[in-house]
Amino acid sequence: MSFNATRPNLLAAPGVAWLMAFMVVPCLLVLSYAFFQRGTWGGIDYTFTLENFARVADPLYARIFLNSARIALTTTLIAILIAYPAAYAIARAPRMRQPILLFFAVLPFWSNYLIRTYAWIVLLNREGLINNLLRAMGYTGEPLSLLYTESAVIIGLVYNYLPFVILAIYSTLSRLNPELMEASRDLGAGPIRTFFRVTLPLTLPGVAAGGVFVFVLSIGNFVTPALLGGGRFQMVGNLVYDQFLTANDWPFGAALGMALIATMIVLLLVQARATSHASGERRGEAA
Amino acid sequence: MKARNGTGALRAAAAVIAASLTAGTASAADLVISNWDGYMAKDIAESFKAATGLEIEVVNHATNEEIMGKLMASGGKGYDIVFVSSPFAEVLNAQGLVEPLDKAAIPNLANLYPEAAALAYDPGNAYSVPYTWGTTGLCYRSDKVSGTPDSWMSLLQPADDIKGKTTMLATDRWLMAAGLLAKGSSVNEADPAKINEARDLLIEAKKTLLAYDDTTFYAKLVSGEASLVHAWDGWCNYGIAENKDIKFVVPKEGSDLWVDTMVVLKGSENKANAMKFIDFILDAKNHAWAAENILYKVPNKAAMESLPAALGEQYPNMKMPPAELAKYELLRDLGPAQKDYSRAVSEIKAAN
Amino acid sequence: MSGQATIDAMTAAPPAVGAAVPGAFRRKLPGRIVLLVVFGFLYLPIAVLVLLSFNDSGLPTSWSGFSTRWYVALAGNGDILRAAWNTLVVAVFATLISTVLGTLLALGMETRRRKSNGLEALAFAPMVIPDIVLAVALLSLFSRLNLTMGLHTIVVSHVVFDLAFVCSVVRARLKNFDYSIVEASRDLGASGWTTFWRITFPVLLPAIVAGALLAFTLSVDEFIIAFFTAGAGRSSITLPMQIYSMIRFGITPEVNALATIVMGVSATALMISQWLNKEQVR
Repeated sequence: MSFNATRPNLLAAPGVAWLMAFMVVPCLLVLSYAFFQRGTWGGIDYTFTLENFARVADPLYARIFLNSARIALTTTLIAILIAYPAAYAIARAPRMRQPILLFFAVLPFWSNYLIRTYAWIVLLNREGLINNLLRAMGYTGEPLSLLYTESAVIIGLVYNYLPFVILAIYSTLSRLNPELMEASRDLGAGPIRTFFRVTLPLTLPGVAAGGVFVFVLSIGNFVTPALLGGGRFQMVGNLVYDQFLTANDWPFGAALGMALIATMIVLLLVQARATSHASGERRGEAA
Repeated sequence: MKARNGTGALRAAAAVIAASLTAGTASAADLVISNWDGYMAKDIAESFKAATGLEIEVVNHATNEEIMGKLMASGGKGYDIVFVSSPFAEVLNAQGLVEPLDKAAIPNLANLYPEAAALAYDPGNAYSVPYTWGTTGLCYRSDKVSGTPDSWMSLLQPADDIKGKTTMLATDRWLMAAGLLAKGSSVNEADPAKINEARDLLIEAKKTLLAYDDTTFYAKLVSGEASLVHAWDGWCNYGIAENKDIKFVVPKEGSDLWVDTMVVLKGSENKANAMKFIDFILDAKNHAWAAENILYKVPNKAAMESLPAALGEQYPNMKMPPAELAKYELLRDLGPAQKDYSRAVSEIKAAN
Repeated sequence: MSGQATIDAMTAAPPAVGAAVPGAFRRKLPGRIVLLVVFGFLYLPIAVLVLLSFNDSGLPTSWSGFSTRWYVALAGNGDILRAAWNTLVVAVFATLISTVLGTLLALGMETRRRKSNGLEALAFAPMVIPDIVLAVALLSLFSRLNLTMGLHTIVVSHVVFDLAFVCSVVRARLKNFDYSIVEASRDLGASGWTTFWRITFPVLLPAIVAGALLAFTLSVDEFIIAFFTAGAGRSSITLPMQIYSMIRFGITPEVNALATIVMGVSATALMISQWLNKEQVR
């Protein structure tokens, strides 16, 4: 495979065609409802208006976005801090054992999101396993209110998206050129220095990819905030869902969706730039 | 396949998938019916076939909202009958998606209580037939709550000993209804000032709330996590079934009348069969199944009268007479006020 | 020396981190502790979930005695079993297609001379479009085209987001890819095809496997898009659709029983295949 000018476009073509046909075209059709009015009985009244965008500008929605972004970001950071050492340990396990460890890291997630969440409720509730365990160990105070808090939401999100980060980081760590590390050590760098100067920059793209996964999946989640957060917290993805289904207001849902998609894409593009800058753009000289 | 946009490769890929995934395409049944899981007898297909010789296929939806969205995006193709709550039936009718009922083909409509044929969203059952009905109120542990919590304020401003042990329904309309009723407003209130008044009360109430919960509130009463919950009458019965100390009360300020209905879709190619199915359900014995097994009141006089007396003893709200139910206010589609409601709800959910 | 032999020598080179490095043994302990803690966290709720499959009571949150009755109920519940099979079919097809398309897209994007913001945005979009928007959009499209919907339309829809996740993982791996070995292979006279299978593919393999696992896991748990694009029939119901529809009248421990069996069978199958592999090597 040579990396000349035409080949890349050819390689990308099938994926791009799929996304154009099954994402861009249909989503643009739906998002274009943002320019029309909600019919009195739901549905679309095809009269042009910008009212929906004016409603999106309401600071209430910015506040909901920022709050859910904060929860998603906290989740992301915790997930990376747990996943990185795990992925590192898996990548250093004997070669034969690595696929087995990866498999067991994703296996719990082939059950079902709802029943996993119910399991967390059993663990965290006031009459739940954790509180009972504490009581058995001699704790006599008020039972801990673990459930229906922001922490419960974050625990649930970290839990469900942890394997995604492990996979992403592992995929950049696995079979990293060990000569680089030896070279670093030969040059007198200690293990900590080697990690920060060699390993971390090399795996940064994986950390970034995994972080993006957790962030976007968390901000769009509505099961965990509803069940573990007791519906007291709302992620911004839920807002769009409510407009489409509960309020039956597709035009406003489309306008909110558009604002969310645009904001997120800009954030991701900035993030991608920053990551490739930090890990040192290495490809220019090769192509 | 008429896919116009797409390259040759894409079409080839689509053809391969279509060929290998032939399962799950058009159904051969005479009727496709979408309902909540467990809302009809498990053997409904067999008993309907024995009675009429027709094959039915029952599919499930999780919520009103989801099946509505699906029907609106697809024009309702593929479904013959759907079960939805009354405000959704009202919207489907306004969207021109449902078929007027052929009453000559549904003689069992005569089994309905007169009140069930005079529901404000569809007087005379022109396009919808009520399947179950009931009201919303407070479900509580009589061993943990002192006295009878007979006001919406008992939920919204709970006594100190049950603070942090109450839950409210999360679905927009019922959430707002609790606040509106407490303030003496209608559950369909359109005045923005009154909507905001209810909103502020509900934001205050959030501080004393354990959680918003639409699905497991009765389990929370049973486990002792909660002592007083905002509940639909039928669901409270599931709690009563597990614990005799659980009781249901309708607050003195009044409440709403909810109705789950059956509608026939305009896009159905089997409308005559669909009418037969509705008639079959309205048969006293078949309709009584719902009352006996899911512990919801059914608007069918013949069916209710056939129930064993013990059922009413164990679950007192099953005995609520239709005349009392009919006093409560039906949830109606809000029209333009919908925007104010949905903003108010977003604000409540975003409040700390 | 032929070009081919050189290529073989080159691909055989990089061993796993640590495995071949002397002194690795000493550093194994912290790794083991990390794995123990993380896997403990991952399997703590699973232990509860499995325990609840033996719960006599139907309530999801309170224990009332040991029973195997939910396993018996499951065996007689054709709906859940068929839904589980449909889920597997959808996830396998969606994973296969999205892994191929996603990997190619990643290669295309990373080997372009100039970064295109449009292309970047296109590859990110499936991850950030709210599920409900994609669900409504695809159902509107399929009905407008008068397509018969079923498992195949769920697959088409799942590929949209799966593909973005695969692409993202593979791109992360490609960022560290040493393109000079590709040049070397070409200089030694290997064809583009040989170079791809001998050089590029083995280097990308961990990312491709990771991406495929990701896609499969996402597809197995996806509910709203599947519900919208499944068509009206009974035969295309997937497991998440079946389980969510049980919410109103309570999710029974049958679902826990099924999950327990799925995880048990998958784990056993993997262990057997590993054991057979080892036997063969001997």
